[in-house]
Amino acid sequence: MKLYWKYVVILFKSQMQYRASFWLLTIGQFLVPFSVFAGLYFLFERFEQIKGWQFQEVALCFAVIHMAFSLSECFARGFDYFSAMVVNGEFDRVLVRPRGTVLQVMGSKFEFTRVGRLIQSLIVLIWAISRLPVEWTAPKAVTLLLMVASGTFIFTGIFILAATLCFWTVQGLEVVNIFTDGGRQMAQYPLQIYKKWVTRFFTFVIPFSCVNYLPLLYILDKAPGNGLLYMLSPLAGVVFLLPCLLVWQVGVRHYRSTGS
Amino acid sequence: MKAYISVFKLRLYNGMQYRAAALAGIATQFFWGFIIIMVYEAFYSQGGIEAPISLSELISYVWLQQAFLALIILWFRDNELFQLITTGNIAYELCRPSGIYGLWFAKLLAQRLASALLRCMPIIAVALLLPEPYRLLPPPDPATFLLFATTLLLGLFIMVALSMLMYISVFVTLSPSGSMLVFAVLGEFLAGMVIPIPLMPGWLQSIVDLLPFRYSADFPFRVYSGHIPKDEAWIGIGIQCAWLAALIGIGKLAMGKALRRVVVQGG
Repeated sequence: MKLYWKYVVILFKSQMQYRASFWLLTIGQFLVPFSVFAGLYFLFERFEQIKGWQFQEVALCFAVIHMAFSLSECFARGFDYFSAMVVNGEFDRVLVRPRGTVLQVMGSKFEFTRVGRLIQSLIVLIWAISRLPVEWTAPKAVTLLLMVASGTFIFTGIFILAATLCFWTVQGLEVVNIFTDGGRQMAQYPLQIYKKWVTRFFTFVIPFSCVNYLPLLYILDKAPGNGLLYMLSPLAGVVFLLPCLLVWQVGVRHYRSTGS
Repeated sequence: MKAYISVFKLRLYNGMQYRAAALAGIATQFFWGFIIIMVYEAFYSQGGIEAPISLSELISYVWLQQAFLALIILWFRDNELFQLITTGNIAYELCRPSGIYGLWFAKLLAQRLASALLRCMPIIAVALLLPEPYRLLPPPDPATFLLFATTLLLGLFIMVALSMLMYISVFVTLSPSGSMLVFAVLGEFLAGMVIPIPLMPGWLQSIVDLLPFRYSADFPFRVYSGHIPKDEAWIGIGIQCAWLAALIGIGKLAMGKALRRVVVQGG
């Protein structure tokens, strides 16, 4: 863990060398979800609600998923660039060092500009919380935190899976974007609005609904019966990460250097 | 002119090589299209609200957007051109016996076309066969289709002219990423890529109408579904031509100025 923070600090220093570019990129990253949010606002202005969900409720959902996404992009960006590492043989060096591969790959890249995205979703989150007619209790706050954390785990898990594929394909695969960018796009809305098969897939295969729809029901007092189950559903995100790490280990064992 | 055409051809063949990447892109765009359509379906299913564009028109709007994404996104990054400018290799380009504006224009055009040609056919073919309500409906009559093709082509030219302005700005800033990301995000919003322009509130629509962005993406797609009637489409084509002339004029002027002051970074 200590080593990871060292990586972070070094990368932060190196990115701060290009200060103007850094700030502009941060602002840009702020604007990307902002334009999406503006679109969301205009849609709700016209249609008022979506299948019984109010704007504030969807905004909460939006904020949580974007926060999770930007956090995982911040921390797990190294896996996103992993194909380059395999192609140019950089990974050989990683293997000879006496530390875990996950840690090293994760520390190889850190996008601080994603802070812009994070701030934007934080603002939306605060706004949504202040507007929602919900009585906030300690368990609810914990649930919210769990939602963000486990969303981050899920996205990280997907990034790791995508990187693992590189052991076999060498080249990175664009298809994975379906689950990262696509997952983010989709989970902006409560999953209930989609068709059954979509909802099922993203509950039982990739547990997006466990970080957005199910705990949201609890927070908004819409959950039927025992709330505890809904409250703890975000833990599925952690469970999702475990097999991803396992697959990664298998991949590492399978690794053959490209020799360049 | 011949030189431009051969640059265009070379680039086109080059771009057609990346078939696997195109396949992956197609899958992604399909998924994306489905999600967007499902969201709108949910919005529309409530009834009681009068929407300025019908759901089927909206669905064809979304599918066309996905199919022709390569033609209409502002952020089609060509690192090669950036590197030419930032590394100083631009000097070679300047030695060539043809206008640099035209040369780059042809390059960018070919790149977008190659990527769009690979992607649009499969997406449109499948979207036409999808079950209701997700199906992409064919245009109401052949004349509309011709109008659509014309407007799409003009829109592509406008897009390339706009992105040329972005490349020219790199001569001044030398750092491409930040400022262009901001520009691209704004441009895409104003082109109706985030939410379709008919669904925007009135005040925003009147702003959008004054800018060139919507003429590249939003306008052709609405012509396709007949949401914009034919006589209005002709006026739109006139506006497209005017914008195109203006943008190319500005681009050439700015390019000339930038080149006169260009400092070739060693190397």
